[in-house]
Amino acid sequence: MFKTIMVPVDLAHADKLSDAIGVARDLATQYGSKLVFVAVTASTPGPVAHNPEEFGRKLEAFAKEAGGDAAATSHVIVSHDPTADMDDKLVDAISEIGADLVVMATHVPGMADMLVPSHGGSLARHAGISVFLVRSAG
Amino acid sequence: MADETVDIGIPEPEGSADIIETDYQIGQDNFETQVGPFRFDFHNPVFVISGVLIVIFTAIALIWPEGSRDLFLSIRDYVKSSFDWFFLMSANLFVVFSLLLIVSPWGSVRLGGSEATPDYSYPAWFAMLFAAGMGIGLMFFGVLEPVYYFGTPWGDQPLGGEIGIVDGVVASEATTAAAREMAMAATIFHWGLHPWAIYAIVALALALFSYNKGLPLTIRSAFYPILGERVWGGWGNAIDTIAAFATLFGLATSLGIGATQVASGLTEVFGSGAGAEGTRNFMGFLWGNPVPEGQSDPNSSVLLVLIIGFITAIALVSVMRGLDGGVKVLSEINMGLAALLLAFVFFVGPTAAILGDFFGGLWAYAKNIVPLSNPVGREDTGFLHGWTTFYWAWWISWSPFVGMFIARVSRGRTVREFITCVLLIPSLVCVFWMATFGGTAISQVIAGATESGVFQNVIASYRPEISLFSMLGELPLASITSTLAVLLVIIFFVTSSDSGSLVIDTITAGGKVDAPVIQRVFWCIFEGAVAAVLLVGAAGTAGLDSLQAMVISTGLLFTVVLLVMCWSILMGLISERRNT
Repeated sequence: MFKTIMVPVDLAHADKLSDAIGVARDLATQYGSKLVFVAVTASTPGPVAHNPEEFGRKLEAFAKEAGGDAAATSHVIVSHDPTADMDDKLVDAISEIGADLVVMATHVPGMADMLVPSHGGSLARHAGISVFLVRSAG
Repeated sequence: MADETVDIGIPEPEGSADIIETDYQIGQDNFETQVGPFRFDFHNPVFVISGVLIVIFTAIALIWPEGSRDLFLSIRDYVKSSFDWFFLMSANLFVVFSLLLIVSPWGSVRLGGSEATPDYSYPAWFAMLFAAGMGIGLMFFGVLEPVYYFGTPWGDQPLGGEIGIVDGVVASEATTAAAREMAMAATIFHWGLHPWAIYAIVALALALFSYNKGLPLTIRSAFYPILGERVWGGWGNAIDTIAAFATLFGLATSLGIGATQVASGLTEVFGSGAGAEGTRNFMGFLWGNPVPEGQSDPNSSVLLVLIIGFITAIALVSVMRGLDGGVKVLSEINMGLAALLLAFVFFVGPTAAILGDFFGGLWAYAKNIVPLSNPVGREDTGFLHGWTTFYWAWWISWSPFVGMFIARVSRGRTVREFITCVLLIPSLVCVFWMATFGGTAISQVIAGATESGVFQNVIASYRPEISLFSMLGELPLASITSTLAVLLVIIFFVTSSDSGSLVIDTITAGGKVDAPVIQRVFWCIFEGAVAAVLLVGAAGTAGLDSLQAMVISTGLLFTVVLLVMCWSILMGLISERRNT
């Protein structure tokens, strides 16, 4: 049913992603789909990497490990201003990689989401394909 | 040197570049927390200390407006007159250093590694660095400065030059020609190579150490060659804190003072008091622009606060939409409108005289740049301390903000391209702008003498905020162009405010550019609030004046920072591979 599952990840908070990745992996096994791990970076040095190329290598290694038995690749999005552009860039990535399902970790909505919606919530609102938001327990 | 594991390690550069190996991880000193519903991710202690300092100094200026103004103004004047040689010689060094980089072999080093591609097209890049760095000053000083040198009988004309109009009588043709030439040369001197070299040094140092060396995009990174690992400790915190502090107060004070200019512009165009229908319509709200009882000042504090709120609200939308969706778009709109106004004045004004001022001014600038930039044995101290040193301290105190913003948008350019586009082209544009606005105004003064509006508002009585409107008032379609000018001033303030908020946010987040959006919202509102509180709380602009004087005084400190940056740039470039 799903050929390509997009899994947006935040490498700086990789520890909070295990639930979502587990779900993505199970779905990939069940439907025989391919996993694509997607992450957004700026071109300035950040906590994860010093430049986009290094970021790309880290995402690739992450994808290989997190993908387990499923076929997993990675896709880096370079943004001038990740704080503001993240949501639009993720929507664009869906068509760039030809995904037909998004599995994404997100937090439990709170007051702040009324002002600044979560990336997962925004993606679900704007994506043309199915979006599976996995709430983190914490 | 490559590390293929997921662990944070030494990276492989994009193309060839020379990453500095440090154990410091960006964000390691950051404090991530949830305050109520909002997530924060800021550098500890830079965020906290600069925030607290800003509140303390605002409180001082409020509680003790006159006293703190006298204190800070005397500090500023002491700095300006005692360190004039230091400012002038340093600025000269920055110009020579930048020009040498263009012709040096290091000119081919590319920011971001040898394979990097530019993040922004030329027009977008250019629009952004102009709008952040200088736009608002061009609006304010374009008419004022050349006319002031040309005709104000203050006795300290640049290099002891001629005065073009004495007691309302225009001098002989030879004298006015000489006065006009020197007025243009001195203005160009303040808006040409020197300020842009100051910005270019800061921007280049930050871009080099961030994109090529892999250090966080904050001011402290440029000190790595000198301080080494200590840059992540107290020294670096101090540098970043002062930069954030100077940037916020620089923006807040010019926003506050700028609001009075906008208000004067609105009053000039639409009238004040009960008749200020136009102001009401223009601003789109019901409060008018009433003259408070018993006061002659036509700008009510309600109007001023509304203007600050208006500017801050647009800036807020812009920072939330981000660099590409907000700041860049506004900068481009701004450039378009400014070009329109420039073209109008150029073609409708005395075109031949403007061209004469452009080429003649350039020639006079070349002829006089050495005596103008020489601090020793000068007799025109009024000009030297009142204008030149003031400008140098002002540009330098703004350089952390403008330089960092330029660095943010300049990845992928070679050093040669970078200096050419940050130093030479903006200088030429400024010369043309000054020739057009100042030249037109001087021609009006020569033609109309005491009858001309520019004469009345710059020379006879000193009302700097409406000098531009006086010049436009004597050209056709004045109501349209004056409205356009008010609009331009507002948007220039917005583009300074939004890019400034991004810069402060990045500095106080330890170089992270993906801090939660609420932090940039906080800085943007904080800046507007400081400006509004100072305007309303302290009588008139006393509070703003005092804090602005303090910001200018920090220029002395940052001059030392810039000198260190020159050394760092040299060290950094030597280790880069050049494209041959």
